[in-house]
Amino acid sequence: MASCSVEDVLARAEKEEAEKLKSISVHKELELEFDLGNLLASDKNPPDVREFKQQKKEEFLRSLARGNTQLLINELWKLPTERVEEVIVAKLPDPSTRLPREKPVPKPRAPTKWEEFAKLKGIQKKKKTNLVWDDVHKEWKRRWGYKRANDDTKEWLIEVPATADPNEDQFAKRVKAKKERVAKNELNRLKNIARAQKIKVPGAGLTPASQQSKAELQMAMQVAKTSTASVGKFQDRLPKEKPARNTGKKRKFQPLIGDFSSEKQKQLDMLKIMDGKKPRLDITKAVNKQMREEDVESGSKRRKTPGKKGRKGNFSGKGKGKKGRAGGGGKNRKPRMKQGKR
Amino acid sequence: MTQLDAVVKPKTKRSKRFLQSREPKLTENEKSAMLIKGGNTSETVTQALKDLYSLKKPNAVTYKKKNITRPFEDQTSIEFFSKKSDCSLFVFGSHNKKRPHNLVFAIAGRMFDFHVLDMIELGIEKFVPLKDFKNSKFPEGTKPLLVFAGEAFDLSNEHRRLKSLLTDFFRGPTVPCVRLAGLEHVLHFTALDGKIFLRSYKVLLKKSGCRTPRIELEEIGPSFDFVLRRTHLASDDLYKTAHKQPKALKAKKKKNISHDAFGTRFGRLHMQKQDLGKLQTRKMKGLRKRRGGDAERGPSAAKKARTP
Repeated sequence: MASCSVEDVLARAEKEEAEKLKSISVHKELELEFDLGNLLASDKNPPDVREFKQQKKEEFLRSLARGNTQLLINELWKLPTERVEEVIVAKLPDPSTRLPREKPVPKPRAPTKWEEFAKLKGIQKKKKTNLVWDDVHKEWKRRWGYKRANDDTKEWLIEVPATADPNEDQFAKRVKAKKERVAKNELNRLKNIARAQKIKVPGAGLTPASQQSKAELQMAMQVAKTSTASVGKFQDRLPKEKPARNTGKKRKFQPLIGDFSSEKQKQLDMLKIMDGKKPRLDITKAVNKQMREEDVESGSKRRKTPGKKGRKGNFSGKGKGKKGRAGGGGKNRKPRMKQGKR
Repeated sequence: MTQLDAVVKPKTKRSKRFLQSREPKLTENEKSAMLIKGGNTSETVTQALKDLYSLKKPNAVTYKKKNITRPFEDQTSIEFFSKKSDCSLFVFGSHNKKRPHNLVFAIAGRMFDFHVLDMIELGIEKFVPLKDFKNSKFPEGTKPLLVFAGEAFDLSNEHRRLKSLLTDFFRGPTVPCVRLAGLEHVLHFTALDGKIFLRSYKVLLKKSGCRTPRIELEEIGPSFDFVLRRTHLASDDLYKTAHKQPKALKAKKKKNISHDAFGTRFGRLHMQKQDLGKLQTRKMKGLRKRRGGDAERGPSAAKKARTP
């Protein structure tokens, strides 16, 4: 009797529990997938197309949405909660859906030349205090910047050094020196950026120097001369001016003792060419020749007057592609020689 | 621009902060969206763009004037806008005769490193704007619940990308915790019958008798019926690069810890070999070491030997 009543009570309790849960439970064939970090749920059950077409569309979509949302809410309510400022918040897990980044992953900044040097030498940064004692004003002032201590730009009197020219403006000298330091720093900054991005620094060979040496002056002149549209081809020379040395390609030689097999191969190739009866084909030369011939042909077709044809021949003397040709006047000889020297 | 940014030195603190806010970061800013009006738009499209703007606010920028560009043909202007306003999501609305039927389409897309990653063209078949639902709305910037229904979202690659794109677009900020009573907004995407239905509901929490509330939904708009048109999906290679996680953010694996089926944690300890010489055995008077004896005598004797 007693046991029967206990069973009854249990059954009733179970029933009540089921009824309570009935209002919040939704039946699905396949379980939903949740990504609670993004408050995201995906329902992989195919929606019933027949029902969708029979029923009112909006009603069908709403009931589908209600079920799915209820399941998502059930899942969210299971999360551990916390009370923050009288409000109940649920702690969300990290989002599990992988989404693309907006920008690429940041790379660490490349070290500057100084940083590399400092690392090599083991020089460590020392933190300097921000405030220093100013003896003139008798107070603590900032080390740098506006209203700094011991500000040498605010001095009203500068002693002229014994070795200096008495007529020189010492104030202007200081200002100029400062400007030059700033410019140098800026140049170094740009150089560091160029180094980090592996770009060749433009004009790195001609940096401003206070006292240019003879070699530097020579180089500057050379750069200025070749900085024309025709790369200095038509620049006049000074009398007795020698052509610039150490410009252009350097000859490189094979090591005396090195790869014997490649050396042997080279020699064999050369012998083969020398021995062969076929004339050697210089492709660039051949192509240039072909192009010239085509040009001449098309030109002659266009204007058939023989006088103009003669002029054409003169023009050809200045063209690029006739390196090995017999035609061309005295003008032509000069640049050719130059090329040979280089 | 990124290359230039590195060279241009900000002149003021303010501009420096501005440039820093746009730099690539480990944990990124929330993605913001551009809503671009095309060269020719119908009223539906304009209204749709406005409604999407109000859903996405405050992380959205509208381009209200006519922008004569075709994202599927030339992406440069979109990329330029993206760089300018630092947005990596966009919706482009336009309307022309070539696209049949409703003649309306919107394009949604996203960028990686200011280059277009995915673009998906959706034609609007039916649209009910936000203002046609006369009821109370939810506050701006509410993080919505996103629900995707339908097996189609997992079947084709295009749908999978669309799902990812929509999640990216609407998910809002990533937050560590959320106020349970503040979950007010549901965006429900249903892929059904070759179309995609976007419905937006307000959540009403009702008493259910237990801790979890029963919910009812009230449609607040906007609602869209989309059809999928042209797509421009990123190559798998680029897609993978875009998903690359920085090393610093990956959780470090702890060594020598494992879990069994019941979630019990097991650890493995590596012990040094015990020095048995120092083992304390039973103390007896006879076995006691003489402290003053051998230990001191040894070194002093050595010193004496060295000195002469």
